[in-house]
Amino acid sequence: MRLPDLAELAVRNLRESLLRNSLTTIGISVGVASLVAMLSLGIGLQQLASRRLMKSGLFDTVVVTSRRDLRSFNREEERTGPAPGESRILDEPTRREIEHLPNVLEAYPDIRFITELRYEDKPHITTVAALPASAKSNDAFEAVQGHFFSSDMAPEAILQKTFAEELLGRTPKPGLDETNVAELAAPLLGKELTMRYAQREVSQSTAATTALGSVAVPGNESLGGAAYSVVSREQKLTIVGVADLDPESMRGPTRARVFLPLKLAESLHVMQPTDLREVSRAATDQPVYSSITVRVNNPAQIRAIEDAIKKMGLNTFSILDATRSLQQFFAVLDLFLGIFGSLALAVASIGIVNTLVMAILERRREIGIMKAIGASDGDVKKLFFAEAGAMGILGGIVGVALGWAIGQVINLGTNVYLKRQSLPPEHFWSVPWWLVGAAILFAFIVSLAAGLYPAGRAARLDPVQALRYE
Amino acid sequence: MGSTGRYPQNDSAPAIQSPAVPSPAIHAPAIHAPAIHAPAIHAEQLCRHYRMGENLIRAVDGVTLKVGAGEFVALLGSSGSGKSSVLNLIAGLDRPTSGSVIVHERNLAQLSREELARYRLHTVGMVFQSFNLIASMTLAENVELPMRFAEVDRGKRDSLAREALARVGLQARMNHRPSELSGGEQQRAALARALINRPRLLLADEPTGNLDSRTGTEIMNMVREFNQQLGMTVVMVTHERALAERYAQRLIFLADGRLVGDEANSAGPANASPDRASADGERP
Ligand SMILES: Nc1ncnc2c1ncn2[C@@H]1O[C@H](COP(=O)(O)OP(=O)(O)OP(=O)(O)O)[C@@H](O)[C@H]1O
Ligand SMILES: [Mg+2]
Repeated sequence: MRLPDLAELAVRNLRESLLRNSLTTIGISVGVASLVAMLSLGIGLQQLASRRLMKSGLFDTVVVTSRRDLRSFNREEERTGPAPGESRILDEPTRREIEHLPNVLEAYPDIRFITELRYEDKPHITTVAALPASAKSNDAFEAVQGHFFSSDMAPEAILQKTFAEELLGRTPKPGLDETNVAELAAPLLGKELTMRYAQREVSQSTAATTALGSVAVPGNESLGGAAYSVVSREQKLTIVGVADLDPESMRGPTRARVFLPLKLAESLHVMQPTDLREVSRAATDQPVYSSITVRVNNPAQIRAIEDAIKKMGLNTFSILDATRSLQQFFAVLDLFLGIFGSLALAVASIGIVNTLVMAILERRREIGIMKAIGASDGDVKKLFFAEAGAMGILGGIVGVALGWAIGQVINLGTNVYLKRQSLPPEHFWSVPWWLVGAAILFAFIVSLAAGLYPAGRAARLDPVQALRYE
Repeated sequence: MGSTGRYPQNDSAPAIQSPAVPSPAIHAPAIHAPAIHAPAIHAEQLCRHYRMGENLIRAVDGVTLKVGAGEFVALLGSSGSGKSSVLNLIAGLDRPTSGSVIVHERNLAQLSREELARYRLHTVGMVFQSFNLIASMTLAENVELPMRFAEVDRGKRDSLAREALARVGLQARMNHRPSELSGGEQQRAALARALINRPRLLLADEPTGNLDSRTGTEIMNMVREFNQQLGMTVVMVTHERALAERYAQRLIFLADGRLVGDEANSAGPANASPDRASADGERP
């Protein structure tokens, strides 16, 4: 029998016992809806989590250090890679080379130093770090009070909340951790800070008289000129923002309490710890970075980029392992949700078996007639399969719609709740197109599987016996 | 699989035409060479036993018979004598316990289930006492159903079903369901359905059993017309001797699953019907 004929006969048979077949189809719909609902929740939560994590900047970042640092993150690498003395130096050409790797958004040096800042003539010692312009879009700086740096060279500073408290002489009460950042920022924005720092200056014969001292390489005549001075400098900074950052959970550069624009920080040539180790290079104008932060356009590419950088003879560190276990967690979660969702579909498939077995009993004579006028076993089998498949597809379509509707309702309800708790609305329910197609296909396949036994039984029916029944 | 090519009877059998307009073309090509030597149906020591616990029921017990192509044979016997069982074996609905049934040189016992279905579809048309139309389908759909199994094109199916129903005088009722029709009308529709794939064999199991005598006569006249004008072999089960004598050329008697009599119908229609004579005259 041809497919259109099969479909037509199947649909007509389904219409004949409308109530029973509708109930069976509703059973499938509920099964599919529960599957779709469960998986959508899993997918939605995963998307929400990865959206959050992407924004935090934790998972798209690789920190690159030189092996010369001897503070390798990974001891095994230290043994297998090139000896630290032969390792690359993190200088500007290396940074540019990394930046040109595929999938790398940017690579910027981590500039960080501990220094003294004067506010209203009182000294405060803290860690200062440079921020690239791209940090503006970082979750952490989105909610900054005031504004982000007006340019990459602007003599401006953003303060961490705790430093702002220190400047104002406030100490947060232990019980009340909710400090109003806006209130803290108000008296500080636009005020001036004076930063004192040690500048590394290339030594010339006319070395600055204000030099705190100078470093030279002894015992090597050819490097006799390789020396630099350390000069005390001052830089005035305008406070433009106060940010509420959790220093513990943030990536490297945000662990400081005062932030400067990256280009400004670079131009200051602040004495870095690496300058002592790389003395021969520090004596030139070329800076040597202690570490470089690499931002990647897709967390999935982190491993490849890490490998590429390692090949350059450098050490890398990323929280890739953390994302991996997160992905594993969601895979397991999806699996569980899928199993629970499928349970309802499994029950529904028993409904199909039941309905079709009933239909065989009811249509015994009809099957006998069809065989007597020339239907083959295959024709009868296909007809029952078609009926099972039609119920499956119909149930699948209705079920996906139902599941989607349930999702919308729950989404809406939760967002109303979140709003009451004055939390931003979230979209943690997602029905991707592939799920729509896969759910309908799955319902179809499950229904066909459920039709396997009834169809086989109908096909084997002995026409003589079937026709003897009156 | 070529559904028509495998069955030469379809090529040689003329299109069924309205019995009201007998055409000379009907008779000429009806018979071809093998039919002269081989009978249409040849059953040899045919047995169909049923095991019921300890007992063995011999529904058919060593029946040997031959039916020539174009013959009209009646199977007679009391209830339980095995008439329907024999007919089902010839129809390929059932398989013999032992012995063989050869229909147009095909041993049904050796056919696969699939081949048997094809045989029923193309070579056999069946009519039953209880009409056996599918209740959820209209007459047109019932008549069309065998063509669906034979994978006849949709456009062709419609016109063929319409024609077939017109031939049995039911063109006005084609969109009715069987329950809306009288018994005679239902049996006429069943006849139209049995003939729609142009079979060589018409097997009827008490076709008039549920009808009054006038309606029964109407049906029997139609069966006779198909037999005579299309050269179709007819095997009809009945327990009414009078009916058999009026229409059949040969009477075969069964009792307890055994063949107990096989005689030409002396009072038969061969003499009564002028049609019959002319048909016989052209047959070598
Ligand atoms: N499936 C079966 N199981 C057991 N016995 C059967 C079966 N089918 C038929 N029989 C027996 O075989 C015998 C012949 O049955 P069959 O139906 O051929 O008789 P029949 O001549 O057609 O009778 P009727 O005129 O009443 O239709 C009966 O005794 C019947 O009981
Ligand atoms: Mg019978």
